[in-house]
Amino acid sequence: MIDTTFGVALTLGQFTLGQFTLGQGDLPAPMSGITLYHYLFTASTMFVLGLIGFLTRRNLIVMFLSTELMFQAAGIALIAFGRFHMNQTGDAFVIFVLTVAAAEAALALALIVLLFRRKETLDGQAWASMKG
Amino acid sequence: MTDFLPTLLTLASEPVAAQVGPVGFAALKEVSLSAPLAAWLIPGLPMLGAVLAVLMAIGGVKSKLPAWTTVLCLAGSFAVTLWLYLQMRDAGAAYTTVKLFDWISFDYLPGKAFVANFSLYIDQLTCLWMLFVTGLAACIALYASEYMSHDVGPGYCRFFFAFCLFVFSMACLVMGDNLLLLYLGWEGVGLCSYLLIGYFYAKPSAVAAAKKAFIINRIGDLGLALGIMLTFVHFGTIQFAELLPKVEQYVALATSGNLAAVPASVQWIAVLFTLAAFGKSAQLPLYVWLPDAMEGPTPVSALIHAATMVTAGVYLVARTMPLFQCGAVTVPPDAWVLPGLVVPALDIVVWGGALTALLAATIGMAQFDIKRIMAYSTVSQLGFMFVGVGLASSYAGAFHVFTHAFFKATLFLSCGAVMHGFGGQLDLRKLSGVMWMKGWLVVGLAMLVGCLNLAGFPFTAGFFSKDVILAEAFSNPHQRVVAWILLVTAGLTAYYTFRVFFRVFLGPKSFEPGDEAHGHNDAHGHDDRAHDGAGHGHGAKGEHGAKGEHGAKGEHGVGEKGAHGAHDQAFQPHAPGWAINLVLAVLAIGSLVAAYAYPTKWVKGLVEKSSAAAVDLTGSAAHAPATLLGMDPHEIMYYVSAGVGAVGILVAFFLHYLGRKTAATSRADAIKLGALQRGAQHKWYVDEFYDATVRVPLKVLAHVLHFLDKVLVDGLVNLAGLLPRGLGMSLRPSQGGELHGYALAMACGIAVLALVALFSLV
Repeated sequence: MIDTTFGVALTLGQFTLGQFTLGQGDLPAPMSGITLYHYLFTASTMFVLGLIGFLTRRNLIVMFLSTELMFQAAGIALIAFGRFHMNQTGDAFVIFVLTVAAAEAALALALIVLLFRRKETLDGQAWASMKG
Repeated sequence: MTDFLPTLLTLASEPVAAQVGPVGFAALKEVSLSAPLAAWLIPGLPMLGAVLAVLMAIGGVKSKLPAWTTVLCLAGSFAVTLWLYLQMRDAGAAYTTVKLFDWISFDYLPGKAFVANFSLYIDQLTCLWMLFVTGLAACIALYASEYMSHDVGPGYCRFFFAFCLFVFSMACLVMGDNLLLLYLGWEGVGLCSYLLIGYFYAKPSAVAAAKKAFIINRIGDLGLALGIMLTFVHFGTIQFAELLPKVEQYVALATSGNLAAVPASVQWIAVLFTLAAFGKSAQLPLYVWLPDAMEGPTPVSALIHAATMVTAGVYLVARTMPLFQCGAVTVPPDAWVLPGLVVPALDIVVWGGALTALLAATIGMAQFDIKRIMAYSTVSQLGFMFVGVGLASSYAGAFHVFTHAFFKATLFLSCGAVMHGFGGQLDLRKLSGVMWMKGWLVVGLAMLVGCLNLAGFPFTAGFFSKDVILAEAFSNPHQRVVAWILLVTAGLTAYYTFRVFFRVFLGPKSFEPGDEAHGHNDAHGHDDRAHDGAGHGHGAKGEHGAKGEHGAKGEHGVGEKGAHGAHDQAFQPHAPGWAINLVLAVLAIGSLVAAYAYPTKWVKGLVEKSSAAAVDLTGSAAHAPATLLGMDPHEIMYYVSAGVGAVGILVAFFLHYLGRKTAATSRADAIKLGALQRGAQHKWYVDEFYDATVRVPLKVLAHVLHFLDKVLVDGLVNLAGLLPRGLGMSLRPSQGGELHGYALAMACGIAVLALVALFSLV
């Protein structure tokens, strides 16, 4: 199963990011079975899951969780690229993203509490008064 | 008077002195004063007074303190002027410049500088002007301390602030050593005039009058500004001490009958200055603001609109006399209308003055408001002054300015005392026998002195100064018509002057109080307090005529205010207090003493030892002086003008003293001249004429332009605004307000971008 999954990821990854396969260094020996493509596949899967969650759910808190999922997916991709290029740029960036995400989470939850108090519902559809 | 007559007769037979040697600025030598910077106290002290008045306004002073500081500052200024005069008198024909600091001074090209500094130019003409400006200002400030007492508080401070600022501006105008400083003063006095005419700002007529004065003065000021620019362009300097010598060559051309050789730009300077002078000094066609300016408080009318500011135009002509002597309007010889016509600037001045004198005198004859009569008389007398300077005799003009300042201030202040005492009553039909009421004798006598001066009664100052102008006009063979116009005007002047005197001050005692007597007109400030004799220091309430005379109101009840109501019975005129009486007495005596300036040749000496002395254009051998009745006009004019004045006074006496014994306050004038009288009473419809020819077309034009602005300019702007608006309208439906709709759109957008990236990479 795992092999199949890796195989799909490998194929998809080679198809989309084929230019990065050669001459850019490779993952270190203990993880030699897992390439950049596996990480990217995980990240994109997480991202799409988050996107689907965001589009389909009406509860504001769940929608917010979905956005967090998309955030972390982006973080994984960044770290993977950082490792792939053998530098710390991605790591540093992710530290910032995490910080911002933490602050944003505090803010967003507070906002959701306020919105709930105003309308006594968590339904995102209730907030359509700004329509043009 | 006994030793006066022989002096006078010897003067009369004295031949016109032939001019020898340099004249005007060329005859002056430069001197320095013993303490030059002290001369700056003359404008400086009034400025200090203005600053103090502002500080007192901020501090909320509610006493007469601003008046006293003003009087002190102006008296100090007068004292310094006196010191300056004594210094200059000892120096003889001389001038001096006193620089305070650099104002504008820069090189606009290497070696070519534009210089206009805060610097004074002082010669004897300056001294003459500043003596009566500061002297009269100090007196009138004292008068105003009582006259404005109903307004003690912020209004009082405001009044004396503008008053001081006016004297400062006038000093800049008269003493400035360059045309730009003169222009600063010129605008400054205009501003103060505006502020003081509109002093009762809650009164629409006062505000309208202030605006009218300001706007009409702008027309004249445009002439001054253009003239100064032209002066600088041609001569490269606007400082008198550098400018006047440069003009001499052109004056020499003009005097030798070669006016055409003078460059056109030089010729035009004087013409533009004429426009400026006619605006400021209320001459045709710009005189209409001055009568309306009487909306201001009377001390203002006396100081600004009679004695000093309105003579600024005469001063300008006298000061720049050399420019005027070579100024002209020259029509090019190939023009299709009046080709080759040359009208000398001085002729424009003479004719403008003469026509204004006549027109204003005829209007003055038919007015009923005594202040307006005095205003028209001022316009008329200013016309005389312009004829004087226009005949290239600065002496004649300046002498009349000097004597007129005294007697017209006296007249105005007397009228003001009446207005103050009778609740704003100015209608000569509603006042009678004021002189005989208790406490009014000083006012009556001062009025009599003023009237005698204005009417040109023999041996008064006004008599001499008017005679000098008339004699100059009659001895000039080109100006016979003007001379006759002025002689007729002199007769009319005597008539309307004594019409006021006989009606208001003599005859049976009777009065009707003005509409301010009710004390409810806050705009005009006369509250009940002002008329409360006991609380106001006017111990004795003036007694007035039999109450029965109020009963006669019905027969003359066509007045503006039909119902005076029961208030009339309670109204008591309050006689003027010590300040008004003192100032009136001083000025009346001053206008009598001013007559001695003629036999002692005081003013003549001053003017001829200044830059204003003109090169004689007419006395050359080409033209023998004209004669009147076969004699030298200088000799015979005393008798002729005395006779004409006497006729005027006698006519007034018969019509307005003897002729109205039965109806003391009869509405009608004793003679009826039908349309002629109506025309004069309506000021010859000049205001209506201007309304129809200037105001209405301008208004129509303004409406047309406003329409164009609305349609074209605003249309373009609105079109530009419409574009983004339409775009927004078309995009509005996409904002559905559904959170998931936006999210979906975003996701689709990402998908599209991802696909684009995908296919571009492959």
